Amino acid sequence: MFKLKIDGTTRSFDAQDDMPLLWALREKLGKTGTKFGCGRGLCGACTVLLDDVPVRSCGVAVSDVGGAKVTTIEGLTGKVVEALRDAWDQLNVPQCGYCQSGQIVSAVALIKTHANPSDADIDAAMEGNLCRCHSYQRIKAAIRLAAKQLEANQ
Amino acid sequence: MNRQISSVGRRTALKLAAGASALIVGWRSNAQATLQESEAVLSPNPFIRIDSTGLVTVISKHLEMGQGVSTGLATLVAEELDAAWAQVRVELAPLDPARFNNLGWGRMQGTGSSSSIANAYDQMRQAGAAARSVLVSAAAKAWSVPADEVTVSQGTIFHRGTRRSGGFGQFVAIARDIPVPKDVRLKAAADFTLVGKHVRAIGNRAKTDGTAKYTIDVALPGMRTAAILHPPVFGAKPISSNKKEVQSLPGIDLVDTISSGIAVVGTDFWTVLRARDKLRVEWDLSNSEQRGSSEIREEYAKLLDQPGTIVRNEGDVAGSLSSHGDGLVEAEFEFPFLAHAPMEPINCVAQIADGRCEVWAGAQIHSIDQQNIAKASGLSPDQVQIHTMIAGGSFGRRTTPDSDVMVEAVEIARLLGDGRPVKVQWTREDDVRGGRYRPAYTHRLRAAVGRDGIPVAWDHRIVGQSFLTGTPFQGAIKDGIDPTSVKGARDLPYDIPNLRVELHSPKIGVPVLWWRSNGGTHNGFATEVVVDELARKAGVDPVVFRRRLLVKSPRHLAALELVAEKARWFERPSSAKGWGIAVHEAYGSYVAQVVELQDADREGLRIRRVFCAVDCGKVVNPDIVRAQMEGGILYGLEAAMFGSITLKDGRVQQSSFDTYRVLRMSEAPPIEVHIVPSDAPSRGVGEPGTPPIGPALANAYFDATGIRVRRLPMFANG
Repeated sequence: MFKLKIDGTTRSFDAQDDMPLLWALREKLGKTGTKFGCGRGLCGACTVLLDDVPVRSCGVAVSDVGGAKVTTIEGLTGKVVEALRDAWDQLNVPQCGYCQSGQIVSAVALIKTHANPSDADIDAAMEGNLCRCHSYQRIKAAIRLAAKQLEANQ
Repeated sequence: MNRQISSVGRRTALKLAAGASALIVGWRSNAQATLQESEAVLSPNPFIRIDSTGLVTVISKHLEMGQGVSTGLATLVAEELDAAWAQVRVELAPLDPARFNNLGWGRMQGTGSSSSIANAYDQMRQAGAAARSVLVSAAAKAWSVPADEVTVSQGTIFHRGTRRSGGFGQFVAIARDIPVPKDVRLKAAADFTLVGKHVRAIGNRAKTDGTAKYTIDVALPGMRTAAILHPPVFGAKPISSNKKEVQSLPGIDLVDTISSGIAVVGTDFWTVLRARDKLRVEWDLSNSEQRGSSEIREEYAKLLDQPGTIVRNEGDVAGSLSSHGDGLVEAEFEFPFLAHAPMEPINCVAQIADGRCEVWAGAQIHSIDQQNIAKASGLSPDQVQIHTMIAGGSFGRRTTPDSDVMVEAVEIARLLGDGRPVKVQWTREDDVRGGRYRPAYTHRLRAAVGRDGIPVAWDHRIVGQSFLTGTPFQGAIKDGIDPTSVKGARDLPYDIPNLRVELHSPKIGVPVLWWRSNGGTHNGFATEVVVDELARKAGVDPVVFRRRLLVKSPRHLAALELVAEKARWFERPSSAKGWGIAVHEAYGSYVAQVVELQDADREGLRIRRVFCAVDCGKVVNPDIVRAQMEGGILYGLEAAMFGSITLKDGRVQQSSFDTYRVLRMSEAPPIEVHIVPSDAPSRGVGEPGTPPIGPALANAYFDATGIRVRRLPMFANG
């Protein structure tokens, strides 16, 4: 039995020790916003925040989460994520959309550490998030737009 | 969310807020929708439902897989309906070919060949106009005013004379009893407020808050999960295995042979994956493909020396080539197998119960899937239902003529036999190693320019698998020629008097499939690189050279001229270390691209930027056209640079994104897309952006280095 802090609530569930957090979220807790893309940390579709640090949830065993705070795409709230979502919407970033949960989670972590990220900062933070529809140019523009909006609303 | 309800009016907004959780999803399953809207719903045709809150649901007869078609179809409906964009949402149509057939494909329901907007353009406008007409009549009746004095704008119905106005919702009940007119007047293009303008795509919000539901997210009561162990080489069959032992593992309900391999079925994906690792199988390799890429390439090279099936033959090619030896260009090209690697690994949910087989999937060719599901389930086609889920990418992967993963799910549901649903989920490795690739091809092209610098002869021989052979699409093969193999070669746009195209379609045991633009991805490369070589041979600028040959192909030329203008082709920037151009038509859309290479610190060269011009006829959503060009370009770019599936002794050597390398953000160059103004019929944009980028890059690379790229990928994988 595991007891984890997920999206602001404590959730208990049974799972094998080595079950990746990704599958616990999706199949034990019904949090399907976090996506499976490769299972090997190569694509970023399953990115979640572990104590505010972006990690690939396919590579974290549930037994290793401990007391860390897990935040998924479904648990993200506040002005940073809303600014990003609005920028994604304005610039029509998503195509198939399947990678975008992971993109948004990575972008939230970026903005929280770099309020005004340079192109190099964006590349570095988002490099692990693949998009097979190749919305990269728009993701970059949307991150810059959201950062500008957040700065203007300070 | 607020955006979606803001302009529906205050009273309606309050009602909507109560049901907001359904709203923000953007797409919902048909079953849910019917339940919630059973009271008063206006449904004047299969494509529109308007409920008493004024919400307009457009039923998209085409699969949304990222190409933006659901937004496109909704735009056409909303335009003629005069709906406010914020009150419009979309549902994907279930299997129902009688209502949702692709008008370009006869009675078949399906999405592909960039045909969606082209076939549905008028149909969706008429659907929207008919719904508007019914609402106007209803309002006229309710207000006792003449219908021709009633106007509609932004989702509000007005009568100026009596200063009355109302939302769609309040007229739904009356409108339901009004006959739907057969003939409706469509708007003049000058009056468009949505078509051709910027709109926010349907589903943007759901795709950024985790609520968008894909097949992988389907969760049904009692549902099991399955993983499949596919054979290590294509065509092998299991002889014996330790399946009984694996079936006894905790959480595992069934391990058994199905037609594509061995299915491991259990409580959840992690459990079945772990169990699958423990399977030990002896395979019968007698009918399998055990050749590697190099053996296949050798066979293709031999075929290159033999005459093939004549695809096109005009003038005297041999004579003309031999008399123009000075102007001869000769080139052989090699193209590897390519995977699609959509972001959502292949999957399907199936349930057989109460004499019906229900499937949940990102179904792309419903009519074909219906037949395959019926056969696999032992039921008749009318006992099959397909719930269409938005798909996490396809790029051709979901067009399988044998409905691969659907048949797997249905076979397992049948084996289980207890009426419970089962989800088959492939891993990334299953996908990359699973075949259904863009076929590998080898080309030889010999062409010559005369003393005047004008091409006189063109001799093109193509070797590669047909992917239509042996499928329900076989009828498209005429005189032994699979049209998808020769697209871009048979229809070469350049006016050359002596021209021959030949084709060999060898049989190889590697399953192959449609892949974003198909023939254009190799024929477009070979032809556009050779045209560039001919221009160099003639000492003429590649744009000037093409102008003279495109007199009879004005739309190619217009795209070429626009991209040249926007890239300032004739004022080559000093930053341009390499400068390359290419043009290609696919599915009635014409696309030209320019690649600019610059010096990079360590890596030698890098792509500074890409320019693109597209003529896709009348444009519904300009921003989606741009997005599809951007995506299509990078999809073609990564294929040209890294894309390659290779086999050794029949085994695929790549497995995931480490070995099947795809483009990452830092590698994606900026892209500038320009749209050629056009009144021609609207054509697709999902695929046509892909072919020109490879040859434009190769031509730029030659410009920078003097080295001709004739074998793809340009750079070793990894």
